[in-house]
Amino acid sequence: MIASDVKIQVDKVYKIFGNRPDDALAELRAGAQKAEVLQKTGCIVGLNDIDFSIRRGETFVIMGLSGSGKSTLIRHFNRLIEPTAGRILVDGRNIMEMNAKELLAFRRNGISMVFQRFGLLPHQTVLENAICGPILQGVNRREAVALGMEQLELVGLKGFENRFPRQLSGGMQQRVGLARALATQADVLLMDEAFSALDPLIKSDMQEQLKDIQARLKKTIIFITHDLDEALHLGDRIAILKDGELRQVGTGEDILFRPADDYVERFVRKVDLSRAMVAHEAFEKIPVLTEMEATSERSSALLREHPGVIVTNGTASCLLARGASGSAMPVASVDAGAAIGHCFPLLAAEDAILVTEDGAATGMLTREMAFKALARSARVA
Amino acid sequence: MADNFPEIIDTRGLRFAIDDGFSWIVANYGDMFERLLMPLLKLLGGMETFLQWLPWYVTIAAIAALTYSASRSLKATGGAVLMLVFIGALGLWNDAMATIALMLAATVVAVVVGIPLGVAMARWDGLRSLALPLLDIMQTLPIFVYLIPFVMLFGPGKIPAILATVFFAIPPVIRLTDLGIRQVDGEVVEAITAFGATPRQKLFKVQIPLALPTIMAGINQTTMMALSMVVIASMIGAGGLGYQVLQGIQRLEVSRGLIAGIAIVFLAVIFDRIAQSYGRRAQKHLASGE
Repeated sequence: MIASDVKIQVDKVYKIFGNRPDDALAELRAGAQKAEVLQKTGCIVGLNDIDFSIRRGETFVIMGLSGSGKSTLIRHFNRLIEPTAGRILVDGRNIMEMNAKELLAFRRNGISMVFQRFGLLPHQTVLENAICGPILQGVNRREAVALGMEQLELVGLKGFENRFPRQLSGGMQQRVGLARALATQADVLLMDEAFSALDPLIKSDMQEQLKDIQARLKKTIIFITHDLDEALHLGDRIAILKDGELRQVGTGEDILFRPADDYVERFVRKVDLSRAMVAHEAFEKIPVLTEMEATSERSSALLREHPGVIVTNGTASCLLARGASGSAMPVASVDAGAAIGHCFPLLAAEDAILVTEDGAATGMLTREMAFKALARSARVA
Repeated sequence: MADNFPEIIDTRGLRFAIDDGFSWIVANYGDMFERLLMPLLKLLGGMETFLQWLPWYVTIAAIAALTYSASRSLKATGGAVLMLVFIGALGLWNDAMATIALMLAATVVAVVVGIPLGVAMARWDGLRSLALPLLDIMQTLPIFVYLIPFVMLFGPGKIPAILATVFFAIPPVIRLTDLGIRQVDGEVVEAITAFGATPRQKLFKVQIPLALPTIMAGINQTTMMALSMVVIASMIGAGGLGYQVLQGIQRLEVSRGLIAGIAIVFLAVIFDRIAQSYGRRAQKHLASGE
């Protein structure tokens, strides 16, 4: 990883709850276990030697069950909780050394947060909530309102700006929370179990919305969840936390197929692979020809080496599969990022489908390919 | 006869010491205290003069408007008007105004002092653990006990009356401000902190507005307790309806005591209605966000 790619670096952070943090810290550094520390000093270890980096523009998911310390950890990034020891560097600057004034400025401009139970001001309108960040930054009211309206529109809440939070459903309230966090235009977005309190359907809507927004804004997102499916779906990289210790940091694929220890393995065993694996991991790239190039000699030559050929006329793409008779046929297509499970109904109707990357068809997916990919990973898990 | 409890300590010396000490304070600092509290006396005197100068129909109209704006109920407003007319018809109008002036002045002082104290208690746990037992004592100590030092310091009159009333009435507003602020949803406070609010912004933008229904309940109780002190305060020169009750007792005139007593109850009902309705509206405002 190049140094300039690092947005946030967490450097040996410890958090001890209790009256004798220094003794507890000494015990921990001498190699004592959590239970021993509790017995000897009466202190509870919240975070134990947390050390990792987050890249600029990535969605970094911190995952763990309740009590794993994930909510404690996320509150260190804006110093809602102070660590017992360790440093956190944001853009190379140690936020623990900031004085009160610098910390206020950092919270106003550098980092924003979305909360599990929304944390909206119940006595203020949706718009007032959305502009609370810019107002605290000292932006004048007219500009703040413009910013707030823009964000509310982005999250699909246009027309609700004069309602009060309690008049909205949970999903809509969390959209207000998201709009409020985006309105500060901070680079870093902390999301503390932001979607955990929502219904499953609303939750997946919000996940999609977050992905859309992230594709446009390229924030550095730190997302906390206890839901592995959510972690795999949203996270560029995932950290697994247990009892205040980091067990593994890696991509979804690393976590799923190369778990670092027994705990992670047990954690991922229950994952529905058809949802976790995307078409990209199963499809095969095939040649793309324009209609002019797609003479029958050329096609059949290519089909000897590839399972199919894509014939495009600039707007629509057709698939000429090996063994199929006649000319190229229009077939359904999916994005390379779609879960394999989503492709099943299409694959049930057709022998092969097209896979698109950035909107252009580049490969094909057959039942056999999907099945083989799942079988490959099932052997590991 | 059972044995008397053995006299282990001779309390006479101790009592003399306390009494002498107190007398010394009175002799040396009595004037200073009195000068310090002159604004309080001016506030009370001004209010009393103003209320008694105001024509009765204006006062009734004003209280009716206040009742209606708080409760939005014609029934409650009509009730308030009827009760005030009744008080006037019985010839107790000026006494009632003096009582209202004492109650309002004491409530204003209690609120102005009590809310900051409650806020401070909510913020510092140390202060809270110190203040809670003190408030307990203030609420359980018989009122007459702390009338004595006030009367000694200031002599009988309006200042000890209003001070004793403030002392008696202030605990609820302190307690409920503290409680209200502690009960504000922690995540809301955390959220506003995360967006870079200063402690002052946190207090005025979030904590006080959200604690307002509870604080209003405290103000309501304080008002009622201030009113309940008027009879006792009249013993040391507060005047008003309480004085009529006191005279009724002294002259064994049941009628005088009873009529003045009813007038006090009516005032209590009117002000309780107003304060409670305001509290309910604050609550509703938060609940439905209107």
